[in-house]
Amino acid sequence: MAIITYREALNQALSEEIERDENVILLGEEVAQFKGSYKVSEGMLERYGPKKIIDTPISEAAFSGLAVGAAMMGMRPVVEFMFWSFCYVAFDQIFNNAASVRYMSGGLINVPIVFRGPANGGTNVGATHSHTPENFIANTPGLKVICPSTPADAKGMLKSAIRDNDPVCVMENTILYNMKDEVPEDNEFLIPLGKANVLREGTDISIIAHGKAVHTSLEAASVLEEKHNINAEVIDLRSIRPLDVETILQSVKKTNRVLLVEENKPFCGVGAQISYLIQDQAFDFLDAPIKRVSAVDAPQAYSKALENAQIPDHNCVIASALTIL
Amino acid sequence: MEGLYHDATPEESDVTNKNDPDSNSSTLKHDSSSKTEVNFAQSECNINLSSSAKVDLLTQMIRIRRFEERSLRAYQQGHIGGFLHLYIGQEAVAVGSVSAMGQDDHIITAYRDHGHALAVGMDMDECMAELFGKKTGCSKGKGGSMHFFAPDKNFWGGHGIVGGQTPLGLGMAFALKQSGKKGACLCYMGDGATNQGPFYESLNLASLWNLPVIYIIENNGYSMGTAESRHSAGEPLARRGEAFDIDWSVTEGHNVYEVRETITNALEQAHKDCRPSVLEINTYRYRGHSVADPDQTYRSKEEIEEYKKNKDPISIFKDQLVQEGVITDEQVAEIDVKAKDEAEASAEFALASPFPDPTELMDDIYWETDNPGKSKSEGTMFFEFPKSNS
Repeated sequence: MAIITYREALNQALSEEIERDENVILLGEEVAQFKGSYKVSEGMLERYGPKKIIDTPISEAAFSGLAVGAAMMGMRPVVEFMFWSFCYVAFDQIFNNAASVRYMSGGLINVPIVFRGPANGGTNVGATHSHTPENFIANTPGLKVICPSTPADAKGMLKSAIRDNDPVCVMENTILYNMKDEVPEDNEFLIPLGKANVLREGTDISIIAHGKAVHTSLEAASVLEEKHNINAEVIDLRSIRPLDVETILQSVKKTNRVLLVEENKPFCGVGAQISYLIQDQAFDFLDAPIKRVSAVDAPQAYSKALENAQIPDHNCVIASALTIL
Repeated sequence: MEGLYHDATPEESDVTNKNDPDSNSSTLKHDSSSKTEVNFAQSECNINLSSSAKVDLLTQMIRIRRFEERSLRAYQQGHIGGFLHLYIGQEAVAVGSVSAMGQDDHIITAYRDHGHALAVGMDMDECMAELFGKKTGCSKGKGGSMHFFAPDKNFWGGHGIVGGQTPLGLGMAFALKQSGKKGACLCYMGDGATNQGPFYESLNLASLWNLPVIYIIENNGYSMGTAESRHSAGEPLARRGEAFDIDWSVTEGHNVYEVRETITNALEQAHKDCRPSVLEINTYRYRGHSVADPDQTYRSKEEIEEYKKNKDPISIFKDQLVQEGVITDEQVAEIDVKAKDEAEASAEFALASPFPDPTELMDDIYWETDNPGKSKSEGTMFFEFPKSNS
């Protein structure tokens, strides 16, 4: 297996799917000539031409809606948002049109579309460029949302998303774009949506995370083992909707303690739903209250000093874990 | 019940056989005022229409009106919930424009969509049942008045958010162009929608990428209860297309022949040059914005009566066809009786149809959950289900 970056893994997924299905196109700001704002689509204009790799003006509402209209007609567009923060000016197109057309038409029309781009804080770009809207999206029936945390997941899950007949929102992370790992070169390497990954088996506590918080959690688990002799299980949700409830409950029933970790804001965040599910379906297995570590509940701050305090690091995770062990 | 206004006198200009030197031109005309002297019956797209095709245009308009009148009664009887945006008065726009479409042309519209739905050939039963929220409705009772769809008839809705369909129509034109088909998308909107941002983003892309989308502004003079003079700066609205190098025109929507000419020219241009256009078609709605609109705060009864008397699209076309010797008053009366009967039957069908079962709430959300055998995903998709009655 080749060792490539998360960015290259996305590029492979997009390229393979464009070659596989003539209905697949990539459009967004700076995706073609500029090679992608984060170079995810590097080389693709040269390989597939301007009919497949399409630069758009800065008009998220129009190009998102255009892609939804084209998807209703049978195309499979992949829309890149330079940042997921920019989806808010296209909210109607995603949350009304992409999400609801199938339902409102009584199932007559499918919308096989992918919206993708980075959705993360931690890069000192301030409140307007640091949103993590996976919870908004998960709150909208009709949409699916995934948060791949590794290069292999980025490839396997994006490919599955493109082949999916429903709208899928893919939350990437600018900080992970340079992360390197082994990625299968197989054209049919597909990771199903809705399948969590137990990255580290343990018996004392279940740390459940998604996106970059998965890596924070793994780091914390190592320290918990080395310094505190605690054997933590770390689960990467990978996909928020669909959600692998089964894997979550199995782990809780084994460890009896739960810590939820995310970079999403806390109120009505992803962790809020998961803790509801756990208390509802595994209450008798809990030996301690469910704990949660999330981003601090303020608009994302610019200053490094502030933002470092805002996004949970492994010390926050360790400290929170120790309160229930 | 609204009458057919048989007493309305056609304007002299509508019955004189004056040749229009511009009628063969595909260039869009900006000025509607000069057209009062044009006899659109002589336009190339109309002159060769068979008598039966002309009668069909009239029939479609009458069917739409009778359907809507019947739905209004059903609303007043409490069978229809939510909003009901009636198209009465605007019928010539949907019927005339849809009649100009070819097989690769598509249409999408806003929430005042009953007229377009019937014009593309959806039947009254499925439409009325949808209004009643019944399982037999075109969207199984999940869309309602504002969300009719018939993709098999190239009709892509029925959209509830003002201007929200303008990028979708752009996408349909984009898909047509990508596939190499010589088709265009007619994207309808009201005058109020011209003040939504996505419309301008869409105009820019339509022109920049040479997409065959035709934006049809059905200007009925009011954005809900706000008159055009109070909601829009700069006249006419279609001129806004000029900023994007898009051809535009303003025409009248009470004469179905004129609508056909307007749309035929725009479609020809879209097919030939793969260029967008913005067509402002002046029209009028007799009813409020929706049935809930008291319709007394922003316009006078006299204004409505004046339009009905002078520009009712059905009366004008009926008189035109009688004048042409295509139809008699008696035959029109028969068509009208048939349309009323059809509308009545659709209401009976809707009333007799079952409501959807609450378990059907969970159908039609995702392709994947509707096709469990073919599903590739795992995990839980839904987190709360309808309560069981047992």
